[in-house]
Amino acid sequence: MTISLTINDTKRVVDADPAKPLLWALREDLKLPGTKFGCGAGLCGACTVLLDGQAVRSCQTPIGEAAGHAITTIEHVKTLPQGKLVVDAWIALDVPQCGYCQAGQIMSATSLLTQTPKPSAEEIDSAMSGNICRCSTYLRIRAAIRKAAGLSEAA
Amino acid sequence: MNASTNLNRRSFLAASLVAGGAALSFDARIALAAEPADGAAVVLNAFIRIAADNSVTIGAKNPEIGQGIRTMLPMLIAEELDVDWAQVRIEQTDANDKIYGPQGAGGSRATPVNWLPMRQAGAAARAMLLAAAGKSWGVDPASLTTASGMVVHKASKRSAPYSSFAKEAAAVPAPDLATVPLKPASAFRIIGTPVPGVDTPGITAGKPLFGIDIDLPGMLHAALEISPVFGAIIGSVDDKAARAVKGVIAIVPIHSGGTAPAGSHDAVAVVADSWWTADQARQKLVVNWDNGDKASHSTEGYAKAAAQFLKGAAQTELLRTGDADGALKGAAKVVHADYDYPFLAHATLEPQNCTALYTADGKLEFWAPSQSPGSGRKQAAAMLGISPDAITIHMTRIGGGFGRRLMNDYMVQVAQIAKALPGRPVKLLYTRADDIRHDYYRPAGWHQLSAGLDAGGSLVALKDHFVTFGANGEPVRAAEMEPTEFPAQIVPNVHFGVSYMPTFLTTGWLRAPTSNAMAFVFQSFLDEVAEAAGLDLPEFLRRTLGPARALPQVDRDPPFHTGRARAVIDKVCSKAGWQARRSTDKTGKGRGFGFYFSHAGYFAEVVDITMGEGGSIHIDKVWVAGDIGSQVINPLNALHQVQGSVIEGIGQAMLGQKIDVVAGAVEQSNFHDFPLLRIDAAPPEIVMEFVPSEFPPTGLGEPALPPVIPALANAIYAASGQRLRSLPLKPV
Repeated sequence: MTISLTINDTKRVVDADPAKPLLWALREDLKLPGTKFGCGAGLCGACTVLLDGQAVRSCQTPIGEAAGHAITTIEHVKTLPQGKLVVDAWIALDVPQCGYCQAGQIMSATSLLTQTPKPSAEEIDSAMSGNICRCSTYLRIRAAIRKAAGLSEAA
Repeated sequence: MNASTNLNRRSFLAASLVAGGAALSFDARIALAAEPADGAAVVLNAFIRIAADNSVTIGAKNPEIGQGIRTMLPMLIAEELDVDWAQVRIEQTDANDKIYGPQGAGGSRATPVNWLPMRQAGAAARAMLLAAAGKSWGVDPASLTTASGMVVHKASKRSAPYSSFAKEAAAVPAPDLATVPLKPASAFRIIGTPVPGVDTPGITAGKPLFGIDIDLPGMLHAALEISPVFGAIIGSVDDKAARAVKGVIAIVPIHSGGTAPAGSHDAVAVVADSWWTADQARQKLVVNWDNGDKASHSTEGYAKAAAQFLKGAAQTELLRTGDADGALKGAAKVVHADYDYPFLAHATLEPQNCTALYTADGKLEFWAPSQSPGSGRKQAAAMLGISPDAITIHMTRIGGGFGRRLMNDYMVQVAQIAKALPGRPVKLLYTRADDIRHDYYRPAGWHQLSAGLDAGGSLVALKDHFVTFGANGEPVRAAEMEPTEFPAQIVPNVHFGVSYMPTFLTTGWLRAPTSNAMAFVFQSFLDEVAEAAGLDLPEFLRRTLGPARALPQVDRDPPFHTGRARAVIDKVCSKAGWQARRSTDKTGKGRGFGFYFSHAGYFAEVVDITMGEGGSIHIDKVWVAGDIGSQVINPLNALHQVQGSVIEGIGQAMLGQKIDVVAGAVEQSNFHDFPLLRIDAAPPEIVMEFVPSEFPPTGLGEPALPPVIPALANAIYAASGQRLRSLPLKPV
């Protein structure tokens, strides 16, 4: 069946099972492969997108439930003020190693700074603990979030 | 880059080089271009293209798995070509070792193997440009200099961009690579400076860089039901329900191949117009697997068998020096301990995947996230019965390697699926459970150790009975032990014996293979021996190392230099303010030390922890000192590699990571039961100090990992008195 979605400020129509996860609709139907598949179970955060500004796991979000909500993906995150700050900090500190998890990390960090503009070290770790980085870029993720928040890069 | 199609008709120059002390026979095969590519840019050699606007395109030839090689190898070329990094564009080459030389990501080998050839490729191109400029200006090329991609003639105050001589330069005979002048280190302008990853902007913009992102017109998607029991074959398949799912196009029985013999580890592929559909349909397959005797294996059974082995004598002898038994009998003090570690999966965050297109003319094209595409080419050719030359391999960025993608099972599998659907590209993708349950695991191992000290506290005897996996006196992949295991080459009386038991599990190399386990075993045990000698581990190691000297080289292993070991031990102790005494107050605060030599790198590490209720551990700080030779090529990425290695080692040790096998199949399936370290467990700070030495640069993907594991175990002992001899560590 056809489902209308609002993706990156654009109305998009997907002809698929409403149970299809948003992750796969983004990657396969909408040709937005920046959102990554890591675990399929909401455990790693690689598929994180913003749904009405909140970080959600797109592998656990059926498109039937995503309809009617504003969805933002990594491809569009720089249009958000916090998203731009986060991406710029990510580039300035050269955060990625393999880079596979980083779209999800950036989306979670953007959601954090939208809700908590000056997060404490504990708030950063807590908000980011759903996103696994197998290369362990965590020290730079912390520093980049602080930089994006206008805080000192050191904890 | 276009070079793969444009250059294979041309002549090649082979350069045989000796890198460092070890004889690394390396075939650089720098292709010499004689004609412009596409009319727009001039190809100077297989790695370098210069455009009319003087921008320089450099080919990155190795698989990028997060180790930073796509940035680092082009840095070497750009340095000697003498261009500004800002004018450089990077292109991934195809996999073609006939043009580009070795193209693998493993063993921290890319730095020592490429340190000279990549610089020579840049220097050769620069020499050709100078020859062309000299001819054009009617001056001696020796009177010319270069800077920032410009040729300069000081005497006549002339200068011109490389691009103005590129076409003529391409026709200049290439200089002898072995004698082409290279810059002295003092003249480096790119090497040794912090260069951010070339893909960082693309990654942060969500660009489709990875294997999983490949999207081709008419592409089909495959999900794979692989026999849960290792080595099982298909008994029967009922695919009626799966075929009935809308969007399903084909069901293809395949033989896993890879390194397992064909027909011994089967799978059934479901091919559909979307991967999600294929995976849904896959769940409707009913496969009866013929497990043979393979389902009798379990990790519990292996542990019981290992305990039996340790009650008897070792099957074979790995090393016998002097008389270890006699020396133990005569020793003033003797220490005995048993150590063990589990199977581990790699769990790269990008699940295994590969895309292939088979055409009716018998040609095969891959888009492969492989650490070892050359091996994949051979394996796929053998499985399909086609010539390796009929295979083209495009290399994608890779979402984590860690050794998993040195194995090419996914290439062999997708090749078989593609052959069943000629003319249609097919992308195969594993689920997370597929990925964890069908890995090439770091093999488990068991060690029974004894050490003898003389009255002066010197180590006079060392004995190990190592129980591992193998058959007919040969270990399975990554289950070996080296006779050079530190400190076996120094101790006067040593006996290393090995016993092998068979396994059906596929095993393989995990980042710092063998070392990631051996460092834990030997550096933890030596901490025990040091305590018996009344010393802390750094001081015990210093005394054991003795005077600075290179120990004899064994096989092709890099020789161990005691002075380099001592220098990193001293450096990390000085940085961390190590008190030259053993911490014995057991206050919950603990500090541990570990040293290890692997992949030609010397690393000493100190870990500070605070233990809490129920054995909880907080890592307070980690100090690292390392010697990887005379030059750290990209200090920014070097720090990243060290941080990543240290945190990965901590994760392996303290999160409960292990792979269990029950009735021939792996139990774990996802990150809930195979946990990876998350940000809230990462240490607040990792201090890194490089100790430069006179030796050629070596790699950094691996050697910083092994010592952190024993350093952590030794810190737990210092904090609590708990000597943990089994990984994963389970403090209480």
